[in-house]
Amino acid sequence: METIRLQYTVPGDDFTRAGEASADLKSRLKALGFPPAAVRRTAIALYEGEINLAIHAGGGTITVEITPEKIAMALDDEGPGIPDIALAMSEGYSTAPDEVRSLGFGAGMGLPNMKKYTDLFEIASTVGEGTHIKMTVNSDG
Amino acid sequence: MKIRDILSILDAELLTQDADLDREVHTACGSDMMSDVLAFVKDQSVLLTGLNNPQVVRTADMMDMVCIVFVRGKKPDDAILALARQREMAVLCTGHTMFTACGLLYSHGLRGGVH
Repeated sequence: METIRLQYTVPGDDFTRAGEASADLKSRLKALGFPPAAVRRTAIALYEGEINLAIHAGGGTITVEITPEKIAMALDDEGPGIPDIALAMSEGYSTAPDEVRSLGFGAGMGLPNMKKYTDLFEIASTVGEGTHIKMTVNSDG
Repeated sequence: MKIRDILSILDAELLTQDADLDREVHTACGSDMMSDVLAFVKDQSVLLTGLNNPQVVRTADMMDMVCIVFVRGKKPDDAILALARQREMAVLCTGHTMFTACGLLYSHGLRGGVH
């Protein structure tokens, strides 16, 4: 299998479309025959990332690289950035407004979930410039 | 239990007519918070919720769930149903509250599964 590269754009103004990229990636990974556990972990982590991009960042881009060994994802945005990453990574901490909670999100589980479901998770953020996340799921993990 | 049993136990309406009602389901979860479904649910096949937006279907899809039950008489719109059909999910609507719907299914043998 050659390396497959995919790119998605997540709109920042349409919450209903968040999840399209992860649904598409999930179907592709299934079709490629990746183990179900790896497919699910990838889909959940990317879905949480998409929700974050739509809710907090005003949209962003997702780049995916698939090899037989792993699925590598990069999420980049030019949103407001995260002032305290350690705080944002703690379960239950959320800056989401009530409007987002009424949509079923904003419980402060997004970033912790992304870390929990992936084998490698790196986050870098600069206030006023944006946030960059790299996540990898090993296919045999 | 089968999806058709849920339909009858909850006196529910089937909103996706072409769904396979003979699919076996053993576990369920009830939540209006999709974040919690993504964080705590493991291997459940039925989602009961009072939340009514497309992210309910997307969340259920990510978790490989096969049936969504909207409680408290919530009826999803056509776009939500179309998304569910695409994913081959059964969508039901019941007039029962979340508490009662979960209790009825539990008393008929459906369980919460392992976290």
